[in-house]
Amino acid sequence: MKTKKIATYGLLVALAFILSYVETLVTIPFPPVPGMKLGLANLVVLAALYTMGGKESLVLSVLRIVLVGFTFGHPSTMLFSIAGGLLSWILMLLFMKTKWFSLVGVSIVGGISHNIGQILVAIYIVDNINIAYYLPYLLITGAVTGTLIGILGAMIVKRIKNVQNT
Amino acid sequence: MIKKNDLILIGAVIILGLGIIFFINVTKTEGSKVLITIDGKEYDTFPLDEDTTFTVELDNGEYNTFVIKDGQVDMTEASCPDKVCVRHKEIHYNNETIVCLPNNVVLQIIGGEEDEIDAIAK
Repeated sequence: MKTKKIATYGLLVALAFILSYVETLVTIPFPPVPGMKLGLANLVVLAALYTMGGKESLVLSVLRIVLVGFTFGHPSTMLFSIAGGLLSWILMLLFMKTKWFSLVGVSIVGGISHNIGQILVAIYIVDNINIAYYLPYLLITGAVTGTLIGILGAMIVKRIKNVQNT
Repeated sequence: MIKKNDLILIGAVIILGLGIIFFINVTKTEGSKVLITIDGKEYDTFPLDEDTTFTVELDNGEYNTFVIKDGQVDMTEASCPDKVCVRHKEIHYNNETIVCLPNNVVLQIIGGEEDEIDAIAK
């Protein structure tokens, strides 16, 4: 592994870790869906996807989920994070390759699919299809937070590319 | 930076979400009972027209307390770490749920056919 790649990995893992921590401090007062998250850590997966590649962003995503699960998170919620993380990674990679959307559109796809992945696991675990009731709310919040994360992500990608090219 | 396709995606997703929410709101009916499910198994049901406070105690020492008041169910206390279920608004329409994922406890509103007829009669 090239030194520059190792350094970028370190940078992004650290950033993902910090953002996940910040996210535990912020509760969004959105009554229909308590426990809603901004998806800040998706910034890092998105940035890795565009600056390092598909495989590297998967490594980062899984590393982040495991690290956070054992520190600020709760092991019982790790399964949800993994389901959401994997589904959003696969779909973001696919949509990035199609070039239909810019980084912002890919981020929205990531935000929404992260929510859908978590809901699917929740339906399976509690064995109650009615949880799907949250889905329309999560579509809307996913579109909004995905857009914001995408705009921020584009800024981060620009800066990482500056570092990579020096 | 942002492409036209991105805007179409944002618009389509928001319209789809609002459409489903609208559909749910138009078709929802008042429930008459609350069903408690633990680990996917039915545990007990309570009528909504009797005010009561009940604590579900799990074998592993975890607990969830809910209150039935004025025909509505609200989770007021829980041993779970995230307290998402406690922050959830009170429920009373059919098929509405309050889920405590860490404890795998689900409150679900059921059995509203009679109320539905009443509502139409009114």
